[in-house]
Amino acid sequence: MTEKFIKRMKDLPSTHLLGTGTPMCAGCGGLQALHEIYDILGENTVFTNAAGCMTLLASYPFTPFRGSWLYTAMASAPAGAQGIRDALDILLEKKRMPPEDDLQVVTLTGDGSAYGMGLSATSGTIDRQLDYLYICYDNEGYGNTGQQFSEATPHAAKTSTSKGARGFPGFKKDLFAIWAANKPAYVATVIGAEPLDLAKKIQKAKAIKGPRLILALAPCPTGWDYDPKYSNDIGKLAVDTGIWPLKEYENGKVIHTKIPRQRAPVEDYLKTQGRFKHLFHPERDAKMIGEIQARVDAYWETIRDENGN
Amino acid sequence: MSRLLLTGNGAAAWGARLSNVDYIPAFPITPQTEIIETLAAWIGNNEMPSRMVTLESEHSMITAAAAASATGVRVFTATSSQGLLYGIEMMYNAAGWRTPLVMVNVSRGLSAPITLEPDHNDVLAARDSGFLQIHCATCQEVLDSTLIAYRLAEHERVRLPVIVNQDGFYLSFTREPVELPDSKLAAEFVGDYNAENMRFRASSPSSQAVAVIGGGTYSYFRYEIHLAALQALTVYDAIAEEFNERFGRYYPAVDTYRSDDAEFAFVMMDCYATKAKDAVDRLRDSGISIGLVRPRLLRPFPELALQNALRGKKAVAVIDQNLSMGKGGILHTEIASALYGQNGAPLLASFVGGLGGRDISAEEFYQIAAALKEAAQQNITPPPRLLYTEAELRGIRKLQAIAHVEREELQARQGSHES
Repeated sequence: MTEKFIKRMKDLPSTHLLGTGTPMCAGCGGLQALHEIYDILGENTVFTNAAGCMTLLASYPFTPFRGSWLYTAMASAPAGAQGIRDALDILLEKKRMPPEDDLQVVTLTGDGSAYGMGLSATSGTIDRQLDYLYICYDNEGYGNTGQQFSEATPHAAKTSTSKGARGFPGFKKDLFAIWAANKPAYVATVIGAEPLDLAKKIQKAKAIKGPRLILALAPCPTGWDYDPKYSNDIGKLAVDTGIWPLKEYENGKVIHTKIPRQRAPVEDYLKTQGRFKHLFHPERDAKMIGEIQARVDAYWETIRDENGN
Repeated sequence: MSRLLLTGNGAAAWGARLSNVDYIPAFPITPQTEIIETLAAWIGNNEMPSRMVTLESEHSMITAAAAASATGVRVFTATSSQGLLYGIEMMYNAAGWRTPLVMVNVSRGLSAPITLEPDHNDVLAARDSGFLQIHCATCQEVLDSTLIAYRLAEHERVRLPVIVNQDGFYLSFTREPVELPDSKLAAEFVGDYNAENMRFRASSPSSQAVAVIGGGTYSYFRYEIHLAALQALTVYDAIAEEFNERFGRYYPAVDTYRSDDAEFAFVMMDCYATKAKDAVDRLRDSGISIGLVRPRLLRPFPELALQNALRGKKAVAVIDQNLSMGKGGILHTEIASALYGQNGAPLLASFVGGLGGRDISAEEFYQIAAALKEAAQQNITPPPRLLYTEAELRGIRKLQAIAHVEREELQARQGSHES
């Protein structure tokens, strides 16, 4: 494993560690992020997984991981991390395992678990200052069961349980803020389409002890209804429109790692996806698009205030 | 070896301590809490080299327990009632992962209505989870069974989690004299933890609990659990023999009391069986030939031993401290399945009692015995009975009357305010 400090694109690892030929969908933004993350985390890892799309990554007797894996259940992947970390610490303490056999404990879940069913277990790990890295691939719905809306679904998105004319009536929950409010070691948002920003954050997170969250927006061709070849473009648009702010929390402070100088209008992002088609067809819903734009603008206004500009 | 006055909970804590457990994920719930308080105190005073972590729920607690076990340490945990139900998804997982952890369940009735006192619907909800179950009648048995449970769970032919069950309040909070095994002898008996191939290490990565695709693969692993549980029958017998040799206390899979030559028998589990024992003595004094048969193992189900214990009896009463709604007593169903089609199978009567800590009085045992005698004379299986007395019904009617009076007074008062 190279421990070189990543500054530029050419510093990114050229060896890719995660195996190919997984059962994930073509164009899976979550898998893209996971590939990039795994290249940096490396094989001395043990993943605990909750029910979701990525549960199928390790299907008997195959796995794309070079390291270890434990499937738990939808509500308790972080508690699985607790048990493994504690057991490894006990084995080290009692000298029943050499230090070089130690592992980085990683939890990997989708948004359904991270924002909802698993939040109680997650909260417990932050209270206990568990030393683990939580990776959430957030495709903004219960993707593995056919994209029903979840606590992470954005306002107005059509899902298989919000098919009405106005789409999902609720609002995306702010998981970043929930974590940050409880003073964990590290929290960051990432996206596979910004690999350098992602790599820097994973490298940083890897070196920190304590509860850490990597929240990866995961463009989802099947759930968001677009051609898989556009996953990367849509990921970039999520950042350029300001819909998915790239940021990190550390030492009590939130820092935005990429502030778009000139934010593209949100409709550039919305119109790429079938889940927002009703905002444009049969006629343009200027009011709703305006509301979504206003919320994004308001967010970045508060950022400007925070930075004292 | 020393003798102490211990509660059932204290005995369970000693069982964990003498088994040299590495890790104790915990969550408080009545009437189990004293177990984790006792362990926490020992760990805090450096009397016990274990790590305890309080999770935020039993679901997480059992997840952490099984995950730690899958990483290669010896794990103990404890729960009761609602806690067991809250964590039951992970009990099925712990068994499926083949993690040999031990969990003490302190039986308590299930909500609703919410209550604190014991019956067995909690532990029986886990009947099909893949956890093996040892049911205890005394505090001594709780301690000894915990040591035995580790041997059984970790045996190479078994590798399954084990529940040690005791009744809340009646055993958990009752002090009895308990022989404390010498810690060296106990450690020798239980042995060092052998993780076998179940561990996570950088030098030997492994995938555990992975998804399967297709019923054939799924069935293969599910059958493996079942076959391992069945193997636990002979393994248990050998461990019980060895325990007897080392410590002089014998715990067969099915405990019997004055039943060998008896014409009739009570069948009961856990500590209410000691009430039946007392009733057996009194009934014997009055000339009724009756005994007690108490399965200690519920899973694996000691079918052969039960058949042997009940063969040739004229009539047998299964007294269930649980209720399967719309069917009846669960142990009754299990015993019936063991006896069906057997030569010399007795008439089998079902009684349900002791729900939510309700007492089963000596008088009720006498009536059950009388019902067995009558059934045998007429050669007719009596209908199932739910034990309840006129006095209890009168008590309920009184409470209902009070509730009605209170409501009427309240309504009258509200009416006078409105007018």
